[in-house]
Amino acid sequence: MSKVVAELKYSAEHEWLASDGAGPSTVGVTAVATEALGDIVYVDLPEVGATVTAGETCGEIESTKSVSDLYAPVTGQVTEVNAAAVEDPAVINSDPYGAGWLFKVAVDAEGPLLTAEEYAAANGGTL
Amino acid sequence: MTENHTALYGEHEKAGASFTDFGGWQMPLKYSSELAEHHAVRNAAGLFDLSHMGEVWVTGPDAAAFLDYALAGKLSAVAVGKAKYSLICKDDGGIIDDLISYRRSADRYLVVPNAGNAATVAALLAERSAGFDAAVENVSGETSLIAVQGPNAEAILLSLVPEDQHQLVTEMKYYSAAEVGITVNGATGKLLVARTGYTGEDGFEIYLPNAAAPALWQALLENGKDRGLIPAGLAARDSLRLEAGMPLYGNELSRDGHAYAAGLGPVVSLAKESDFVGKAALAAIKESGDGVTSGRRLVGLKGMGRRAARGHYTVLKDGAAVGEVTSGQPSPTLGYPVALAYVDVEHSAVGTRLDVDLRGKAEPFEVVALPFYKRQK
Repeated sequence: MSKVVAELKYSAEHEWLASDGAGPSTVGVTAVATEALGDIVYVDLPEVGATVTAGETCGEIESTKSVSDLYAPVTGQVTEVNAAAVEDPAVINSDPYGAGWLFKVAVDAEGPLLTAEEYAAANGGTL
Repeated sequence: MTENHTALYGEHEKAGASFTDFGGWQMPLKYSSELAEHHAVRNAAGLFDLSHMGEVWVTGPDAAAFLDYALAGKLSAVAVGKAKYSLICKDDGGIIDDLISYRRSADRYLVVPNAGNAATVAALLAERSAGFDAAVENVSGETSLIAVQGPNAEAILLSLVPEDQHQLVTEMKYYSAAEVGITVNGATGKLLVARTGYTGEDGFEIYLPNAAAPALWQALLENGKDRGLIPAGLAARDSLRLEAGMPLYGNELSRDGHAYAAGLGPVVSLAKESDFVGKAALAAIKESGDGVTSGRRLVGLKGMGRRAARGHYTVLKDGAAVGEVTSGQPSPTLGYPVALAYVDVEHSAVGTRLDVDLRGKAEPFEVVALPFYKRQK
């Protein structure tokens, strides 16, 4: 069973969102997604300064076997991308909720998001 | 579609495999990381369950003559103990399947079709055997197939072979087979062992009854673990065969394609005296030059960037469609994207720069010689 982290919010498209209420929020993909994708070999992220829109695609994640769109869970301006994950995407597999984060957004509005319980229930994850 | 389980399904579940449907079978896609499994086969060894593959015995005084008629290759010229890669074609030259045939004696062959085609091939062989003194017996359902592939495969296999039979294994040539004693749980039995594979590495494929498969699987894993052996799934098998430039039925080979465009011209024996199904059509195709001097032919593509081409993506030359990708992914061994594609022959020379439409963006690729990867011998 894939791990789901209690204190995060989730999109139906398998992104997670970490917000501390003050600074930009952090976006990544869930362990449910990384396990389904397999070994990730390429990630295409939005550029710093770009505006992303909740529910719309903002990049791509490519594994040895497949390609998936990356959806923005929130609307806002991208303030930082994880250059280490672009350089070595394997970190997204090994630590999807930590060192494998993808980008940070100054959030204007959140899209429809799920709680950890709701996301875990919908995707067979474990809290 | 029925989801068949191999006799090793329980072993895969125990090992934490994730499964995928392949040719009507629930097969392990990967156990942990498909990249780790790929690298294990290149650098040490991997263990594959290939029990979904078909096994069809062709026996009788006319077995050789019958296979000469039913398949595109000259099976009568295969020496006892050797194997041959061949095609079974339609009347119009279209490819029904690619398969390996092992000649076990003057009048016995084991024919191994792909999983999804096994029933079709068995039925077709039976149909084509009319008039020949040859029996066709499909034993796919009761036969398992376990492959050990990689540079350590021989040492791992030898650990289960009585010493007086080691020579049978060490002197076995590529594309050969022999009955070899294998000891599992203290009991030694003779099993058909072939030095074949689909990974571009040295390795062996072992045919055995379903009931014996789990014990052999466990024994190989146990004896192989100190030599880097891990179970490997179909994801790794696909990336390994792609690097080795080997076609996959359904991707590169199909009923609508033919041997010449697929680069398999040498597999077709127009020179054999006997007629065979598809001979007239294939002779006409060869004469026309389709897939060689006109039309499209199968080539290898190397990505200049990091993004991989995938099956069905369009190949472009100056923005115009000149081909279609049949298989593609990042090469774990080489570190760049590789793909197989059918490309207009005028753009198929090695060194030609082409683009592939990667979801709306043209990314540069170059035609390269196959295979992408060749092991150092």
